[in-house]
This record gives sequence, C-alpha cells and structure tokens, in this order.
Amino acid sequence: MSILINKKSRIVVQGITGRSGLFHTQQCRAYGSNIVAGVTPGKGGIHIEGIPVFNTVAEAVKYTEANVSMIFVPPPGAADAILEAAAAGLDLAVCITEGIPVRDMVPVKANLAHSAMLLVGPNCPGVITPGECKIGIMPGHIHKPGTIGVVSRSGTLTYEAVKQLTDVGLGQSTCVGIGGDPIIGMNFIDVLSLFNEDPETDGVFMIGEIGGAAEEEAAYWIKEHMKKPVAAFIAGVTAPPGKRMGHAGAIITGGKGKAEDKIRTLSECGVTVATSPTRMGEAMLTALAAAGFQATI
Amino acid sequence: MNIHEYQAKEILSAYGIPIPRGRVALTADQVERAAKEMGGRCVVKAQIYAGGRGKAGGVKLVHHPEQAQNLAKELFGKTLVTPQTGPGGLRVRRILVEEAVDIAREFYLSITLDRGTSRYVLIASAEGGMEIEEVANKSPEKIHTLAIDPYTGLRPYQARHVALQLGLTGSICEDCVALILNLYRVCLEKDCALVEINPLVVTQAGWLMAMDAKITFDDNAIFRHREYPDMMDYSQLDPLEITAGKYDLAYIKLSGSIGCLVNGAGLAMATLDVLKEYGGEPANFLDVGGGATREKVAEAFKIILQDHDVKGIFVNIFGGIMRCDVIAHGIIEAASEVNCTLPIVVRMDGSQVEEGKRLLTESGLNVQCGDNLGDAAARIVAMLG
Repeated sequence: MSILINKKSRIVVQGITGRSGLFHTQQCRAYGSNIVAGVTPGKGGIHIEGIPVFNTVAEAVKYTEANVSMIFVPPPGAADAILEAAAAGLDLAVCITEGIPVRDMVPVKANLAHSAMLLVGPNCPGVITPGECKIGIMPGHIHKPGTIGVVSRSGTLTYEAVKQLTDVGLGQSTCVGIGGDPIIGMNFIDVLSLFNEDPETDGVFMIGEIGGAAEEEAAYWIKEHMKKPVAAFIAGVTAPPGKRMGHAGAIITGGKGKAEDKIRTLSECGVTVATSPTRMGEAMLTALAAAGFQATI
Repeated sequence: MNIHEYQAKEILSAYGIPIPRGRVALTADQVERAAKEMGGRCVVKAQIYAGGRGKAGGVKLVHHPEQAQNLAKELFGKTLVTPQTGPGGLRVRRILVEEAVDIAREFYLSITLDRGTSRYVLIASAEGGMEIEEVANKSPEKIHTLAIDPYTGLRPYQARHVALQLGLTGSICEDCVALILNLYRVCLEKDCALVEINPLVVTQAGWLMAMDAKITFDDNAIFRHREYPDMMDYSQLDPLEITAGKYDLAYIKLSGSIGCLVNGAGLAMATLDVLKEYGGEPANFLDVGGGATREKVAEAFKIILQDHDVKGIFVNIFGGIMRCDVIAHGIIEAASEVNCTLPIVVRMDGSQVEEGKRLLTESGLNVQCGDNLGDAAARIVAMLG
C-alpha cells in the first residue's frame, strides 16, 4: 500500500476544467491514476475526456465513490474547496494551488483538526506512490517503486532527490510534497509517522528549507519515535536573512529558521544530513548502511 | 509586501487607533512647512522599508522648522544603512514630520501568524521601544503571547487580560482593550503578515498612542486589495526585483558573479548552496516557477544579464511541467537578443532533455551542458576562472 495513495485510490479533481487542472488530470491518468470524477461549479453534467464533471464534491462522491481529491482551484476559492472536500467525507485532499492567502487557511487548519480528512499542501507538487498512483504535478518517469519514503517542502528539489535515489538504486515507496506555505495540512511529523508504520518503507529521505521550525520539531520526534533510518537535506545554507526565497514559508525572521540550526538539530537527533545537494542519494545510502550495521551487532 | 510607517499609521488611524499628528513630505520645503504646523518642535523621521533608523540618524527630534529643513536636506536622497537594511542601505525619498510627544510609558504590541500553531498570535510586552527579539532572549517572562481562536476571534476579556498584564488600569485599560481589538481587525481585514506597534505609548497627558507602526501585507492576498499595488514605494526596491515582479519571477539580487536561473524555490536555494560549495559566488536567486513560458525564461535571462556583476550564468532546470526544449529556446532567444557572450552552463533534467541539450549545443552560444548538478557547478566555476 505504501502510504496515503495506491492503485485503488479513486480520485476527484476539483478545478478539472481549468488549464492546469485538465493538463495534470491527463498526465496523472497517463501514469495510471484512477481519476473517476471532476468538480467545477456550474459545469456539472458535462464529460471531459470521458470523466464526468459535477457541481459539487458531495455529488461526485455519491455517484463515483471518489475518496481522494486533487485540488487545482485558483487561490480565491481554494481554501473553500478544501473545506468542501472535508465536508464531503473524503479520506485525503492534495491541494496543489499556490498563493492561497494565509488568513484563509487559518480556519481551514482549525476545521481539519476535527475532520477525518487528511490534507497535503497547499502549494505542493502532490503525492506519488511509484508504479501505482500519481496525484500531482511531479514527473512520473524519474520515480521507481521501492522502499524509501520521501517527504519534502519543495517541488523541483524533491525531483532532484528522487532522481539521485533512483540512480543509486533506491526506489521510493511514496513521495509526499508537503508544500511551501506557512500553513499546511500534514507536516513532516505526520508523514514520518505514517512511514514509520508502513511495512513497505525501510527508510525516509526528508527535504527541508529555511523558515519556521518544522524540521527541528521533526528532528525531536525522530529521536523519540522513529524506528527507521532517516537522511535529509536542508536547502538555504546560503540564503540571506529577511528575504523571502520564493516560498511564502521560506523566510528567516528574527534569527529563526536558519538552515544551519536545522542541520545541527537533525544531526544531533540521529539524522544523516547531506552536506551537498549533489550527495542526497549518498546520504540515504549512508543512513541505511548505518542502520543495517547496527542491526547486526 | 512592505509599506512605510506613515502608511501603516494611516491604516491604524482609520481603525480608531490614535497616532501622533503628522505630515509626510517629499521635499525639504514641505518638511519646513510641516514642522511649522507641528509648532516648531517636532520629530523628523526618514521613511524607509526597514527599522533601526534611529541609530543611523534617520529619526531626530528638532526644535525649529529651519532645523527640520536642514536635516531634511541631508536626509533626502541619502542612503541610510541600518542593521535591517543590509549593507546596501535604502534611499530616503519621504520624510514623516510628527508632533513631539512626551512619553510616560512604552509598550510593545503586535499580531502575527504563529506557524507552530497555525494561529494568529497577539504579542505584548511592557518593554516597549526595544528590539522585541532582545527582550525575548534576555527576559522571556516579560513577553505575553495569546493565541487567537480562529472561530471566536479575539475577545474583549482576552484583550483586557493583556492590558492588565501591561499594568494599565482604569479608563486607559479600557482604551487599550478597544485598541487591541481594533488591531486584530486590521490584521484580518487588511490581510497582514505582521502588524506591529513599537512603541505603543501612554503620553504624559494620559492618552494611548501608536508612536511607530509597521505593517507587512500577505503577498498572497494582494489580489483582493486593489489599492495595495499603488501603495508600493519602488524606490525601496532593487530595480531588477521590480522588473522581475512584473513577469511573476521571484528574483533576489545577491553580490556574486554567477547569475542563476532555476525552476523551483527549493532547487534555487540548493543551487546557491552548491555553487558556494564549489567555490563560486551566486549573483542572484531566481525562481522562474513551474509552467513558465519561453517569454518568461527569456525575460529571466535578460534580468540576470542586466546585473553588471554577472560574469557567467548557471541554468539549473528540472523539467517536470517545464520542458527542457522550451527552456533552451528561451535561453537562446534571450542570449541572442542581448548579444550575450558570457559563459553559460546548463544543467537540465526531466522532460525533453536531449532535445533541449541539442538545441543549446547547436546554438552558437558559449554554452556547456553539465551531466549532473555537481559537474555543472564545477564547470561554471572553472569557466569563470
């Protein structure tokens, strides 16, 4: 199964008739994802590439038993789309949208605390279980089925890591892009917990960046709870403070959120931190070997 | 998005928060007239997108309009360097002239997002007028924080707790309650990433007043505030960053010689890291984003080339949605348009890689293709000697 999604996932695309929504629906389907419905308010009743489109997520669920959503709704309506997905009883929503106002996400995050639905994102590349299901915008062909879980705040940097893992012979169980915004659904710890319990995952590669304290919190959690080897890379060692580096969440303020602090904390908690973005695959091999070595003592 | 102190104060005032009487001036003559209006004795404050102005001479109490005018003559057009501006400093184009206020007490008050809890948090301290981070370091017990419930909002009883913690009593305590509630309304209705009053003072006459204010808007919310783009002071931004913004590119000028063009913020940061690892100095951070068109890539290239410190260019693209042949076309187009002879190293991966590489090597440009990230970084550093 790996985590979150597999070939049995039934996917509804919110925002399917938009340019991005449609393009990525086609890409995901070509990869093998089971896209069973789309939702665009006002366009209910049409079919797009053979996929039925509904006015609401609730209708889509009723007629197609969709259980996972891929959200491409533009920023003004995206937070509402997440709430709608939760209200319709979905298991998971993966929100790709970049640019949702922070104020909109505050009540959404609070609402999800009482919901059974998991959220990945927003502002994320999505989730992929190689060989089974792709929900997002990542290039499927660089992935390879295997036993390394990947969790990352980034998009293209994740692809770089995945490619290196594949190149050194380490396939991936599931790759989760948690997104680059200040308020996101699942965080590092949430995803690490799932990998920790997944029989198909042997180790985890984590990609972080400047801003916030999520990596430090994850480090402490790993030290207490993680049963499997973890390697990591933290981007932004050379980023100047006070400047937002692309992602809304990637900004060093008040001296907090620096890459060096995250790297130090992760290392102190037993994570193998890659010293260069060119050596991420290597770091994972090192972490696995170290664990294997300890196991034989 | 940043705005000036005088703009932040205008917003607070519109929400019923008292501010000093003041006028913003664009010339030394206007400063002199404003100072007269204030009664001669007034405070002259340089308006820049950074704090720490006092020690750099950007905030001064003066006693005559002539003194204000002379100070303004010095300040206008000057580049003020403070601990918050970075070494390049910021140009002074506007000056705020305010009445001098006699202060009895100073507080700190702000509202911002706490990423740990995904809630807005109110931060208050009786140690006003100082760097709040210093207070947090040395005397954390002097900082009061209140996480605001997303559903019930900030309640009067909670604001009252804070006002009492600040040591206020009687009618001024109730004034503070109202002020705090209004501050939260500003934060929500104006989509603020930060709204900060430091110091919030009690004047000798017994009134609450916001002596300095800072507001930063959430960039993601600008689309729903039509007036925000007009509020921007472009003199406070690097011209290249302004141009980049027009094309929806994330660009930050740095101080090195290797121009960078990357798709994706995380990868762009990692690219800066890897160049430094190989002994190079990046000239900029530039994220061309996913799904960028040929035109965007070409514009990105031109922006990088406008930086005269750039001696070579490093392109790192992991195509997913971005196709490598589209990138290649964009690079060739831009480089040809500006007759670029600078060395270029391209590292591409993802979709249409071979086609992209082919286009580049046959283009006649001074370009090399790297096999992987490390190889490419080593090449550009070597090409720059």
